Amino acid sequence: MLEIRNQATRTAPFPLATETVKGTAIAPLPPRARLSLRLRPAEAARIGSVAGLPLDRPIGTFAAHDERRALRLGPDEWLVSGPADETDELGARIAGDLAGIVHALVDVSHRNCGLAVSGAQAEAALNAGCPLDLSLAAFPVGAATRTLLGKAEILLVRVDAACFEVECWRSFAEYVRTFLVEAARGT
Amino acid sequence: MLLITCPHCGPRPELEFRYGGEAHVARPADPSALDDREWSEFLFVRNNPKGVFAERWNHAHGCQRWFNALRDTHTDAFVTTYPAGTARPDMAAEDVR
Ligand SMILES: [Zn+2]
Repeated sequence: MLEIRNQATRTAPFPLATETVKGTAIAPLPPRARLSLRLRPAEAARIGSVAGLPLDRPIGTFAAHDERRALRLGPDEWLVSGPADETDELGARIAGDLAGIVHALVDVSHRNCGLAVSGAQAEAALNAGCPLDLSLAAFPVGAATRTLLGKAEILLVRVDAACFEVECWRSFAEYVRTFLVEAARGT
Repeated sequence: MLLITCPHCGPRPELEFRYGGEAHVARPADPSALDDREWSEFLFVRNNPKGVFAERWNHAHGCQRWFNALRDTHTDAFVTTYPAGTARPDMAAEDVR
């Protein structure tokens, strides 16, 4: 990895304070290690798991193990995440598990940033810009998918009945955060 | 909002999708054997039926995979969707619902 990583300070793209509007809390999340994994479905089925995370979960859900997560975004695409200080370790472990198998593993830790949206009206606030049916029946706890929020592409994860995590590309971060604050005002 | 059934993700809102033109357009095996007219027809000329049309769609803001769909261009109803690389299903507009 580049030597500059040890010298550069990582700054958040938005204010780190939680904003609570009408009971909906919009809380920026700390940095995480994020790795984009592309692997043929047949190989994924044969290997079963990487870094202790199962790969065979249905598309649109996530698997969790300790602090680590694997979001299954498509038939051959996963986003594996973990604590920020474990980026190299996580990458090395996955690469080790997949030794000899054709795959692509890309560190995208700095590309995305996360927000937690929680509260009884979290669903309504997200639906101001997200066209998915977010009722518990259609988007249960454990669901994770790429979708849209207004004009921005996001990853949406339901970690609890009344708590979602939203991830977006860094350049969309302030748009997404202020969109959600405005949406919460309207709930 | 129109719902489109992605073969991988299930029914999803149309905003997540991008249109990719006619499906099953085969690239000529030997392009150098074609004259200019034949080559331009391969590149630019597409069918434009009123009725069921086989199209390529991309679930751009979802799984990002390409797939094929049969859509009635008159009613905008999707007859079915099927994975890229598979043959066109033998279905008509009446098969919707
Ligand atoms: Zn899809």
